[in-house]
Order: sequence, then structure tokens, then C-alpha cells
Amino acid sequence: MITMGIDVGSITAKAALIKDGKLLSTKVIITGYNAKNAGETVFEKILTEAGLNPSQIRGIVATGYGRNSVTFAGKSITEITCHAAGANFLNPAVRSVIDIGGQDSKAIVLDEAGKVKDFAMNDKCAAGTGRFLEVMARALEVDINDFGSISLTADNPAKISSLCTVFAESEVISLIAKGEERRNIIAGIHESIGSRVAAMAGRLGLASPVMMTGGVAKNIGVVKALEVKTGKPIEVSEMAQLTGAIGAALMAMTL
Amino acid sequence: MTSDARTPDPEKEKRKIKSAKKMKEIMTSYYIEAKTAEQTGKKVAWITSGGPVEPLLVMDIIPVYPENHGAMIGASKMGVDLCEKSEQMGYSRDLCSYARADIACSPVNGGPIGGLPKPDMLICCNNICGTVLKWYEVQARYYKVPLFILDTPFCHTEFSDEARKYVRKQVDEYIRFLETVCGKRCDFDRMAEVGKLSVTGQRLWQEVLDTAAHKPAPLSAFDAFFHLALIVTLRGTQTVIDYYTGLLEEMKERIRSGIGAVENEKYRLLWDNLPVWYRTKWLSEKFSSHDACLVADTYTSAWCGSLKYIDENDFLGTMAEGYSRIYLNIGVDEMAETVIDMVDKYDADGVVMHSNRSCKPYSLGQYDIQRIVQEKRKVPTLMIEADMVDERSFSESQIETRIDAFMEVLKAR
Repeated sequence: MITMGIDVGSITAKAALIKDGKLLSTKVIITGYNAKNAGETVFEKILTEAGLNPSQIRGIVATGYGRNSVTFAGKSITEITCHAAGANFLNPAVRSVIDIGGQDSKAIVLDEAGKVKDFAMNDKCAAGTGRFLEVMARALEVDINDFGSISLTADNPAKISSLCTVFAESEVISLIAKGEERRNIIAGIHESIGSRVAAMAGRLGLASPVMMTGGVAKNIGVVKALEVKTGKPIEVSEMAQLTGAIGAALMAMTL
Repeated sequence: MTSDARTPDPEKEKRKIKSAKKMKEIMTSYYIEAKTAEQTGKKVAWITSGGPVEPLLVMDIIPVYPENHGAMIGASKMGVDLCEKSEQMGYSRDLCSYARADIACSPVNGGPIGGLPKPDMLICCNNICGTVLKWYEVQARYYKVPLFILDTPFCHTEFSDEARKYVRKQVDEYIRFLETVCGKRCDFDRMAEVGKLSVTGQRLWQEVLDTAAHKPAPLSAFDAFFHLALIVTLRGTQTVIDYYTGLLEEMKERIRSGIGAVENEKYRLLWDNLPVWYRTKWLSEKFSSHDACLVADTYTSAWCGSLKYIDENDFLGTMAEGYSRIYLNIGVDEMAETVIDMVDKYDADGVVMHSNRSCKPYSLGQYDIQRIVQEKRKVPTLMIEADMVDERSFSESQIETRIDAFMEVLKAR
């Protein structure tokens, strides 16, 4: 039995195929302007690459902020449930998940069976999300993929205290004007995300082991900052960005 | 099966509360009376929602509630325009949206009823928040009318004798203020009657809310948000008693006929904080789509929550305590106890908390209340961030995800 999970996020759309309980294939594309098109495109691409046709797919679950625009999915399930299922698949021992995606961040506590026990999400503000990092990368003229490695070389992380993306950007710009080094600014940005997300996760009471999922988990600087702020080691799977899609594909098995 | 858009859905019709039509008529005539007060020679007082309205009725003054007006502005989706107007006038976006909408309404007679009637006096009781002090001062300057402030000390854990004396003394000052403004004496026999009517009205409102303890609940918090207007605006009149007597009978009839507010009620939830006035329909449908009914809320029950402190045979003597110990003027521990009692009474499966950007006293202790309720009753709680009137603080996709995820958690339990 083959099932598919489609995770249409605000920045990227992801798809995963699960065959007989094993991960068969994955695909990531840029969501762009039209969430509906992104869902269709990632669906077609993953099938083409896997050499499958739509009739071979037993069930499809859509997740992510664009989940309701994936009209061909059998069901839409929120990212919270899907990330929990995906994390449980990647490592059944995991008891907490921190997911930082393009437009929101969340902390999820799992029970022994890997089901969601409780969750918390960021407030409306974009600070502490992938979009926040993108804004900062633009202000600093640095490729976002280099953020993690650059921040690890910092010797004195700058202090970014603003609670708002727009204000934090002006803070970063004034740090640049003062001649603060890029690596220290970037490390400061990661620390500010770490503090914010750790505060949210702290309310839930994070249980170990903790796994970080979502696209921002690719940024080692954020992961390290979160480890410091939460005081817990955090594991990151190579499949971090695909966790939601994998979870959705697993949920599709029960459709 | 054919469907005709013009034919009302019988399922929906069945669930409609029939009394609502009467309620709309009452509110309409109330506002007409208030708006024509100048012609009829009656005086109008603007008063805060938690303020002691009974002495106004005794003095034949028409009470008008800027907060009820604020709710109407929110429900008519006119909040953003008025909030922006107030910001142009120089008020911060961080201020309460009721205050902003009301202040902006005055110079332009804006809002769904073309503004409130001009006040002859303002009565401000700070048992609900501190914002009302500055808000009413602003309006007193604008309308050049006298302002009476009734200061209710915050009841952290108890209501001390000093506090009782302090508030009781102000009640006397309040009556003297009204006598001066109206140029006539207060009729204390009438005061006792109005006090009794007020208590009877509050008891009936509590009884109406209590019917939701039945499964399925005959009314939801969304219905309560609507029917609340009477206990707020006409408390102390026979009209309230007559209306709620009818509403209570209708609720009992619904219980007998097994009619629930939500078609397939499977999950029973509690709501905390003010409604999101411009999204009540959306939220109601969202929860219904998950077979969830908001069976009770801390907001509408705030207008009968301090009944236990009031002696109907000594209204004037006990109202100081009754008006001081309302839900928003007590410590977080007591608020949490209230929520826990409601979880038990209504057998709620979860609690939905609206973190309301406008209402600081309501939203301040919510994380603590959430933690206490989760520890003591092990029911899941959901926090959603919005604002009661200012739609700019509402993000549909984020709130939808939170509600959907919360319901997934509840269903998986």
C-alpha cells in the first residue's frame, strides 16, 4: 500500500510517499504565490520521479497552512498532528517536537504512544519563524543557507531584543551601522529565536528526547541556540523539513 | 434530493432560538428611547458595563453602555474603520478597541446606530478595568458633562471591612451626585424595588446559562453572547425578568425535545474572555463542524457571578461588595477556581481561551489560569490570539489551524 502526504507550507511545499510503512520518496518545491498549484505540482513531481501513477496511491492527506487548498486530498490534518506522527516515525522515543516553519513555530508534547498531548504555537507575530530569518538574511546580504555555519564562528553574539520582525530588522541595521560583525549579528538573531521559542516551549514543559522539525531545523545555529535556551539536547533528522509530509502520509494509511 | 436556497434549512430552523426576535425588539425600542431622550426630556447617563446601574433607574435616567455599543460596532464589522479613526486622533493602537471605537464615534456619530445619544453625565466604575478611567475622562471633556467615578478596590483574596466601608461611602456619594445632576431626591423605596428586580434578573440569567449543563446544551456561549445584552443594559427592570423567564422556558422546552445548540454535540468546551464580535458566526460554525459546542463562558456569567454577595433585601447596603467582587476584579487564583467550577458544572472537555489584545485585565492571568486548570482537571486548553473589535488582530488561517489541531487532540483522547 502506498500513501502520500502533502505539506503545503508558506515557503515550501513538500510531499512524501510511504510504502508498507517505509519512506519511499520525498520532494520539496517552492510554494510561491498559489498554494493550490504548489500542491498539484509537488504531487505530480513526486509521482513522476518515483515512476508511479495516481491510481497507485491509496490515500492522500494534506497538511500545512495550505492544506485546505489541496482539494484532491482525502483529508486535511493540521501540522501539529502530522509533525507529531512524522517525528514518531523518525524516532519513536521522541517526546517533544519543536517545529519552526516559514510562518509559525510550535512546540508539541507527545505521549508514550506518540500522540499529541499538548501543543503551543507562536503568537501572530512572525518573529522567531523562517520568514524572520529570511528578512534578516536580506538585511545582512547573506545566503540563508550559510546562516548556521557563520553563526557558529561568532565570538560575541549581539543582543537583539525587539519582539517584532520589523523592529528587529531596524535593530540589525543599526548594529550593521555600528560596525558589528555579521557573524555576531547572525548569532544574536539565532539567540533571539531560541529565547522566544524556548519561552513558548517552556510553558508546555518539554519532555526529552526533543526533536526539531521544519525547514528552520536545517540551520544549525538555531538548533544550538535552542539547546542552550531550553537546556536540553535537540536531535535533528535529515528529514526535518519533510516531517509534516511524512506524518501526513502515515495518517493517510488510516483513511 | 433537491435543495432550494430560498427554503430555510429545517435543521437550522429547528435550532434557532425563537425568543431572539423579541430580544431584538426590546433592544431596538431601548435604543429608540435613549436616542429620543432629548425630545422626551429624560436624562441619559453613559455607564461602564460593570457599573451600578440601579440608582440610575431609580432616578429615571436612561443608562447607555458604550461597551454594548462597542460590541455592536464589532459585530457590524465597523471596528477597524473607527479604530483607525481614533488612531488618527492620536490614540495608541495598544488601547482597548471598545475605547478607541467609542471615542472615534463621538465626533462623527459613526457606528451601526449613528452614535450613542449625547450623555448628561458619565458613570465610571473601575471594577472591570483601569482604561475606563481615562476613557470616561476623555468623554467627559468632549461632552462637557459631569463624571462620577466609583472606585472598587481590587479584591486579591478577600473583601476587607475597610474596602466595604470605602465603597459603601461612595455609593452614598453616587446617589448625592445623581440627586444634584437631576435636581430631585432619591426615592429609597423605589431603590429597594429596583434592587430586587436586579437580583431577580441576575438569578434568571444564571438559570438560563445553567440550562447548558444539560447534554446536549440547549444554548451555546454564542447564544449567550447575544442574549447577554439585556442583563447588561436593562438590569433592574421588569423587562429583563419577563424576557429571561420566556427564554428560560424556551430552553427547558428545548431540553424536553432534545434540541441542542449544535447538531451532534460530542465535545463540550468552555470559552474564556470576551467574544470575537466580528467572527462569532465563523467561530460558531468552526466549532460546530467539529461537533463541538461552547457550552459556557466566563464572560456572560460575569453578570451574575457575584450574586452570592448581594442581599436582595438590602441591595443598597450589599451592592458595594457585589460590584467589587466581579470576575475581573479578583485574583488569578479565584478566577482559576471559577473556571474549574465551570468545567465541573458544565462537564467541559476542554477550555478555549481568547487572549484578547484589547482587554488586559481579562487576558493578563490566562497563562496561569490555563496551567492551574490543566493541573487540576487535566482538560486540554487552547489559547487563541485576537481582539474583540479590531479585526486587524485576527488571523484566520492561524486561528483555524489552532482550533483544528486542538480538536484533533480532543478527538484522539
